[in-house]
Amino acid sequence: MKQPIFVSAMVNGLLVAVAAITLFPLLWMLSVSLMAPGEASNYPPPLLPAHPSLNNYRELFAHAGMGRYLANSFALATAATVISLTFNVMAGYAFAKLRFAGRERLFRVLLASLVIPAQVAMLPLFLMLKYLGLVNTYGGVIVPALAGIFGIFLVRQYALTIPDDLLEAARIDGAGEWRIFAVIVLPVLKPILVTLAIFTFLATWNDFMWPLIVLTDKDLYTLPVALAALSREHVQDNEMMMAGSVVTVLPVLLLFLVLQRYYIQGLLLGSVKG
Amino acid sequence: MKVERAAWCFVAPALLVIGLFFFVPVIAAFGASLTDFDLYALADIRNLRFVGFANYQRLLQLPEFWDALGHTLYFVAAGVPLSIFASLTAALLLNSKLARCKPFFRTALFAPVVTTVVAMAVIWNYLFHTRYGWVNYALSSIGVHPIDWLGDPHWAMPTIILFAVWKNFGYNMIIFIAGLQSIPEDLYEAARIDGASYWQQFRFITWPSLAPTLLLVSMLTMAGYFQLFAEPYVMTQGGPLQSTVSVLYFMYDEGFKWWRVGSASAVAFLLFVLMFIVATLQLWLGRRGGNT
Repeated sequence: MKQPIFVSAMVNGLLVAVAAITLFPLLWMLSVSLMAPGEASNYPPPLLPAHPSLNNYRELFAHAGMGRYLANSFALATAATVISLTFNVMAGYAFAKLRFAGRERLFRVLLASLVIPAQVAMLPLFLMLKYLGLVNTYGGVIVPALAGIFGIFLVRQYALTIPDDLLEAARIDGAGEWRIFAVIVLPVLKPILVTLAIFTFLATWNDFMWPLIVLTDKDLYTLPVALAALSREHVQDNEMMMAGSVVTVLPVLLLFLVLQRYYIQGLLLGSVKG
Repeated sequence: MKVERAAWCFVAPALLVIGLFFFVPVIAAFGASLTDFDLYALADIRNLRFVGFANYQRLLQLPEFWDALGHTLYFVAAGVPLSIFASLTAALLLNSKLARCKPFFRTALFAPVVTTVVAMAVIWNYLFHTRYGWVNYALSSIGVHPIDWLGDPHWAMPTIILFAVWKNFGYNMIIFIAGLQSIPEDLYEAARIDGASYWQQFRFITWPSLAPTLLLVSMLTMAGYFQLFAEPYVMTQGGPLQSTVSVLYFMYDEGFKWWRVGSASAVAFLLFVLMFIVATLQLWLGRRGGNT
């Protein structure tokens, strides 16, 4: 072959270059977040803080209500994850393994409606929640995330692999459907549960448009909404905004790093729907 | 039958949520798009009148709507190919046998995908700052004059496209890697024995084998890119000179700022129809390509 050393150097060199481009904004965000106010507005832009300090973070949590927003985001993403996971797993399993009239047709309708973008439903949903008194509440933010067609689809694909004999045997032994679900099905589905949990948590945490629409009360803001509002107020305070970005991004980044394997598995499972 | 009753209990909660908070609003949105639902109707529903397709007609004559549509199409037409090109290149690099430290690079290239758009937009706003941003600083070292990236109507959308590509390419990269790994090694072996160059191997083995993956990836990416909203909302507020107002941004203003519910619902449906047509076209092209 022609010069494998040269080709190898090129491949790895390019990888280093691309990794630098993807990581630079993230690392630089971290660096600026530790700078003194105004330091990042120098020219040329400094790479590292002259005197690293956590003052920006202290300021954010003490005066800008960051702790509140962090707690809101955590509570909402956790609640959405737990509830939607429960609902989706139950439904996905039933669509895969429990016979009932109209099952196939119902599932086809659900699949077909995956093409409808969520934004189509936003205005009536907002008015509906307003009527129910849920606008500007945590409940309003969480409502559209309580169950998802995609999640049901993912669980169903995975649950199809459960052997019918296993379920039949349990039924003959006199186990009820709920018992079978809890004792046999759930343990088998564990990998997809983890995957779906990460997906839901990340999606709820990172969601911007819906919480922006539903929430008007500052105290209820999630991190992305709060950050967008803060960055409009504090256009000049780059260092503080970077600290805010770190607080917003770090939890999901860590979650991803720890559970990478599951996340990527799910991404691949989900992409075979075509 | 017992199983059947249990089955309905299992699906009921999810179906109830999806039906109540998705299907009903979608149908209601279509209904609202045929009315003059606005602030007055919001105050008193008796002011509501059925207007047929008047909202659609009005929108199709509204320059602001066409502008928003144009910006969205610009974003899709430039962003999707760029994004796919970046994903495929990264996947080929990572899949190469010569690549070292694969897990590290895979994680590094994927990291932007899991981050929050708003936080990243804040960072990019700063990186692309005219005076003290890194991008202009780096460009000045090769003699390029400072560019007002987000403040110049010609540059704002390209900057947002670059941002979106940077943020999203890792997602498709993973799907491409899976596609690449499913190509049998024997094919390359045979090609090498026949003396095929790298380029010929790519052209005659890799590219055709990836066709189904490519179709899937381009459909998913396109669907996502049509829904542009957070990036312009945070980075430019639709400006400068409205040059980054996307269709969804327009819908948001129309609905949640001016409370023209009927009109905003019509916008949402027009976007949906457009997305549907483009997706069908892609499927059709993909099938035709697959048959020849």
